[in-house]
Amino acid sequence: MDQLRILLSRCIAFCHRKELDRDLDDELRSHIEFAIEENCRRGMSEEEARTAALCEFGGVTQIREEYRVQRSFPFVETLLRDIRYALRQLRDSPGFAVTAILTLAVGIGANVVTFSVLNGIVLRPLDVPHPENLLQIGDYESYPDYFDYQDRNQSFSGMLAYKVLSVGIGIDKSVSTSWGDAASGNYFDVLGLQPALGRFFHASDEHGLESAPYIVLGYDFWKRRFGASPHILGKVVTLNQHPFTVLGVAPHNFHGTDFFFWPDYWIPAVNAQQVTGWDDFDERRHRAFTLLGRLNPGITQQQATHDMGAIARQLAKQYSDDEGLTLTVHKPGPAGRRNDPTKQVLLVMTLLAVLVLVATCANLAGIFAARAANRSNELAICLAIGSSRWAVARQLLTEAVLVSLIGGINGTCFASLLLGTLSHWRPGDLPTHFLIAPDARVYLVAITLSITSGIAFALLPARQVWSTDVVQAIKGGYVFAGSLHRFAMRDALLLIQVAVCTLLVSSVLVAVRGMVQSLRAPLGIAPTDVTLAQVDLKVAGVPDPQSRIVQKRLLDTAAAIPGVTDAATSDYVPFLSAWVWSVYSWDTTQFSPSHVAFDALTYSVSPGYFQVAGTHLLSGRDFTPDDKPGAPTVAIVNMTFARRLFGTTRALGKRFKLFDPVKLKIIGVVEDGKYIDPGEDPQPTIFLAYAQGIGPYMVSSPITVLVRSPLPQDQIADALHHSLSQVVSTAPFSIVPWSGAIDRSMIPARTAALALGVMGLMAAMLAVTGILGMASYLVSKRMKEQGIRIALGARPFQVLHSTLKRPCLLLLAGLCLGLGASMLTDQLLTHIVSYASVRDPMILAAAMTMMTLLGLFAMAAPARRALAIDPAQLLRE
Amino acid sequence: MGEDKSDVLQGTLDLMVLKTLESMRSLHGYGIARRIEQVSNETIRLNQGSIYPALLRLEQRGWIKSEWGTSDNNRRAKYYSLSRIGRKQIEKETENWERIATTMARFLTTSR
Repeated sequence: MDQLRILLSRCIAFCHRKELDRDLDDELRSHIEFAIEENCRRGMSEEEARTAALCEFGGVTQIREEYRVQRSFPFVETLLRDIRYALRQLRDSPGFAVTAILTLAVGIGANVVTFSVLNGIVLRPLDVPHPENLLQIGDYESYPDYFDYQDRNQSFSGMLAYKVLSVGIGIDKSVSTSWGDAASGNYFDVLGLQPALGRFFHASDEHGLESAPYIVLGYDFWKRRFGASPHILGKVVTLNQHPFTVLGVAPHNFHGTDFFFWPDYWIPAVNAQQVTGWDDFDERRHRAFTLLGRLNPGITQQQATHDMGAIARQLAKQYSDDEGLTLTVHKPGPAGRRNDPTKQVLLVMTLLAVLVLVATCANLAGIFAARAANRSNELAICLAIGSSRWAVARQLLTEAVLVSLIGGINGTCFASLLLGTLSHWRPGDLPTHFLIAPDARVYLVAITLSITSGIAFALLPARQVWSTDVVQAIKGGYVFAGSLHRFAMRDALLLIQVAVCTLLVSSVLVAVRGMVQSLRAPLGIAPTDVTLAQVDLKVAGVPDPQSRIVQKRLLDTAAAIPGVTDAATSDYVPFLSAWVWSVYSWDTTQFSPSHVAFDALTYSVSPGYFQVAGTHLLSGRDFTPDDKPGAPTVAIVNMTFARRLFGTTRALGKRFKLFDPVKLKIIGVVEDGKYIDPGEDPQPTIFLAYAQGIGPYMVSSPITVLVRSPLPQDQIADALHHSLSQVVSTAPFSIVPWSGAIDRSMIPARTAALALGVMGLMAAMLAVTGILGMASYLVSKRMKEQGIRIALGARPFQVLHSTLKRPCLLLLAGLCLGLGASMLTDQLLTHIVSYASVRDPMILAAAMTMMTLLGLFAMAAPARRALAIDPAQLLRE
Repeated sequence: MGEDKSDVLQGTLDLMVLKTLESMRSLHGYGIARRIEQVSNETIRLNQGSIYPALLRLEQRGWIKSEWGTSDNNRRAKYYSLSRIGRKQIEKETENWERIATTMARFLTTSR
């Protein structure tokens, strides 16, 4: 009770420090006056009375101090006083404050962004109970294999499978495209989830194909499409016109088991075939499912990999379709997948961010050391008039931590603004989410980084204070002891900084050049003025046999629109969607994975496609209406295809087989192009006649109508929508300009280039402030010496030479070191940026020029200062 | 003279202040210090200033309270008086001190 009361009273006293100080002074004064009065009454003179009173009282200052210590929290009060003093110091040297704060904001901001992305994508576990023992098995596996793995393994207590579906969902007669998961019956049970509403489907609900027409809604989808209605249970929705009963709603924070893709709903996998028409269940070749398993207690990931690998080898022996099957077990999500590009890009970014932080740290250390040197006189005087070394060091520490915190907070604020924007970014119509807004962990890291860097860089000047020779200091000039041997460290700091900055700057140049090059690379199509209208005939409920008729009607309708100069159809189109088939050479008789020549992108197009797309036919002929069922099956291939399969581009009349196997004769060769993203390497590509289909898959369900028209984009889009909707009214058309789709496919490359650009800018900034700091420090340190030299007749060049020789040499050495390092990281860089390399002499030259310019720019101000030295004034001082 | 005086024993000052305030009701810092010196027949060597940390200690515990007032000779001063808890506390503290004193006395008699 007493302790509590004391604490409370201390708190109150802390809030009224000034008032209480005044009170105490008044009280002590009245005490002394009482004493003087009494002493006078005893017959002392005024003077004697005062002396006696003070004597009886004891040390006034000590009592006051003792009183203060006991009154509230002396530590906090001292700290506040230090902070106030530090703020005053920073206000008095705004140049230093702004440089240091900006530098730190940059370094910490870059790291917060990178760490948030890393945290959101790699470190964040799936939002399910016990994510730590949930592992992904293989990359994409087939459903029959899944059953075998499930039955034969000893490592997992439960194993689930799922794949992503895109279907037309019908709710109260309105149909829209939506994305969901087809999952094994035990999906929710293995994950250990509880529904927010209703119930989940279970393995016991499945009794063979098409036996469980149930759907579980995602929480967000339920809110968005059903207004979070609790009466949704038992309602029937249609998926591609097939009825499904709503069983329940998934929990609020569960967004499926992929990291970016958030499904709208889940259906049992046994009913997926009914919806999509794809026979996934008996085909070991159709590897479309992601497998996750719960590890048995006591089993390690390595043991599980061993176990599953053995099963995969058994399966490979047993079934020809599983030939060469291998399997690894890894953490789910982008972090675990082998050769995951996201992971590689992230690693590079993290590396760069760490480099930025290293440069920041080197920079800050330089700035703080230079500042301590500039303040050497002031600090020495503090020591000389009785400040303890600890008090002076504490003051420096406070200042450094303050600067670091302000910088860190600024950097973090900026970073979270940037991340907020990124989190709301939705590329395309996929339900894709990036959960990368910084969380408590990220803020904690940011604060730790700030404080640690603050303390680390304050230690440097604090060490100088410790070893200061007070007498020397008062005499003036540069005084901190042992300054010479610390030169090595400062030099190293600048060297590291210049090297790191050169590395960053050259990375940026590579990125920029890569971007420019990839924009210049021929696309193999002329997308300007071409508009695409896409519809999924399966979603629209058009049965396969009729789709050729519907396709013809769509094509005729589009061609008849006034203002349309050319029209064609294709199933998939470059930059929007893609399909891949395995290619076999003509003499292959066994169609197992090991006999595949290569995989090729495949488009089923109507006659006239190349004209609309603007793709040049190099030899042979285009498709004609005569290429129909019953006629010999024909194909047009691109140059890469011809070169890969036949070793020559003269491929007319040559033949090959597709996976089914479909036998095809080449009737034309077209130019190479870009099909998925503008930075890709040349890919083998086949064009087939839409009317002829591919083996048993006579026609594919998605249809894209391509029209070329000089009309304004919105006008042609309206006209297309209006006319095509009259042909197919049961599913929505998505209408986009082709160039828009290409722009979208470039987002990843642009984002990477932008991120690199920002880092490069930071690096340039750090390089300038670092060199500036070092050079001005050298100038101020040698003011007196230079003054004497000038007085003795040194020419300006000689002065410059002697002051700036060192930073110049360091700049040069750092430059070489940085370029060497960037050569080593070339491999990593080419993963993100194609078309450019550090080894490019243009880039080398540009990086060198840029760093030299930055260096000269940074040294201009100190050089001016060195030249403006007035020996007379210096000597007077 | 110095030979006869002894320093204030650790922990006794608080009780002296409390007892002084009990008998004098309300008094300023100088008054309390003087009173302690007088009662001890000038045998205690008291740095008058040290009364203030003691007063703060007691006030923080809520045993005494203070307010500014005016003295007989019209001088502004801070007057201290016992609080309700303080009044109760005196008994406890007295008991405590007597127990220590008795114990000390016993030590002194047995070792004689």
